[in-house]
Amino acid sequence: MSTLRFTKDHEWVRFDGTVATIGITEHAQTTLGDIVFVELPEPGRDLAEGEACAVVESVKAASDVYAPVAGRVTEANAALAEDPALANRSAEDEGWFFRMIPADAKAIEALMDADDYAAHVAAL
Amino acid sequence: MTHDDASTHGDASLAATPLDALHRALGARMVGFAGYAMPVQYPAGILAEHRQCRTAAALFDVSHMGQALLHGAAADAALERLVPGDMLGLRPGRQRYTLLMHEAGGILDDIMVSRLEAGRLFLVLNASRKAADLAQIGAALPAGVRLEPLPDRALLAVQGPAAATVMARLAPAAAALGFMAVAEASIAGTACLVSRSGYTGEDGFELSVPAEAAERVARTLLDQPEIAPAGLGARDSLRLEAGLCLYGADIDETTNPVEAGLTWVLGKRRRVAWDFPGAPAVRAALEDGPARRRVGLRPDGRAPARAGTAIIGRGGETVGHVTSGGFSPTLNVPIAMGYVRADHAADGTTLALRVRGADLPAHVVPLPFVPHRYVR
Repeated sequence: MSTLRFTKDHEWVRFDGTVATIGITEHAQTTLGDIVFVELPEPGRDLAEGEACAVVESVKAASDVYAPVAGRVTEANAALAEDPALANRSAEDEGWFFRMIPADAKAIEALMDADDYAAHVAAL
Repeated sequence: MTHDDASTHGDASLAATPLDALHRALGARMVGFAGYAMPVQYPAGILAEHRQCRTAAALFDVSHMGQALLHGAAADAALERLVPGDMLGLRPGRQRYTLLMHEAGGILDDIMVSRLEAGRLFLVLNASRKAADLAQIGAALPAGVRLEPLPDRALLAVQGPAAATVMARLAPAAAALGFMAVAEASIAGTACLVSRSGYTGEDGFELSVPAEAAERVARTLLDQPEIAPAGLGARDSLRLEAGLCLYGADIDETTNPVEAGLTWVLGKRRRVAWDFPGAPAVRAALEDGPARRRVGLRPDGRAPARAGTAIIGRGGETVGHVTSGGFSPTLNVPIAMGYVRADHAADGTTLALRVRGADLPAHVVPLPFVPHRYVR
């Protein structure tokens, strides 16, 4: 059973107890529009919580993606780098950005759950 | 993730175009641009709207742009005191692109001028500059020449290879226009001022329409099977592919027409008399060669380089900056324009673009990125 959490900056985190998978939310991809480029963190990179660690570019503009929690990157989504529009078509599944081992698993629990995130988006 | 999309929710300071309700009914995402609430895209999205314009036809609302008439037998001579183009030689029914010039040789605005008849010129001005332009033009007029702003007119652009097919159906008189020609034509029972021009690199038309009839005309156009609406996002990627300057980005008060690659706007007679504002600086740039030039830039990789990106020369020194940059939906690669030191401006020159601290290789390429397909 994995845990799904969200950040106020519109990242999602799916945690299986060991590895956390991070992407941008459906709301984020809709707002950005057509995604044409992503820059993903290298495996092995240590991230601080809130660190800008990936870039997503739509036709219009570039946006940063932040590390939801501290940890070490284990994998970047090569399929997404090859086909950035995957983040439009499948934002919360195949269009994941990177995977990491969190420094503190409890930090993930502390993020917003789906209901809290839905309320956050509704209030924008 | 953060973004800087300027939503218009509850922003009462923005002006609405006559098509505001139509944009919202079509599901447009509205943003603030030059003081107006404008559609940046519709539900189809920027890439689809861009391709719609390149493959069929797109309808753009550009009613934020300024429109005005200049009346009087000496209207052309009066305007020539402000621009480097040949206005006296502009024949009735013809349109010309020209520049309002700064005394130091910079550009105050790029504008379209049409001669409707002997003593009547029609001007189209950039939205961000129209107040300043109207003040400047108004202050420069002699007795007998009168400036009439037209705030109650909408401006629609129909652009794309199928635009002429649509116009032949709705307004045969307009479809017969040559490139950069203007005429009155009736569309959906409304007298419109139509020009065969645009800002996409495609064949197309711009329609000046009374505000109260704008939605009817727009809906008639959208009812045509070739046409779908497109927003400012696609307009920007289309004009960048076409290598066309955006005022405030690629040209402004600090850029002169020679370095901007707009030497062709200088009228032959004006290049003999040198009698327009900023003429000494423009003449010097022409005779000595400009210190920098506007060029097309093609990043070798996939990362777009946005406006403001530093351009790095062979020796590691900064040789210029990107002024417009993004992604080309037609070529499926990033493209940009910018100014570089003249010794780095030759086609094929290898440069680097400093994106997020990394120097990414790029090459100088000829403009436009996508060939123009104007009617001939």
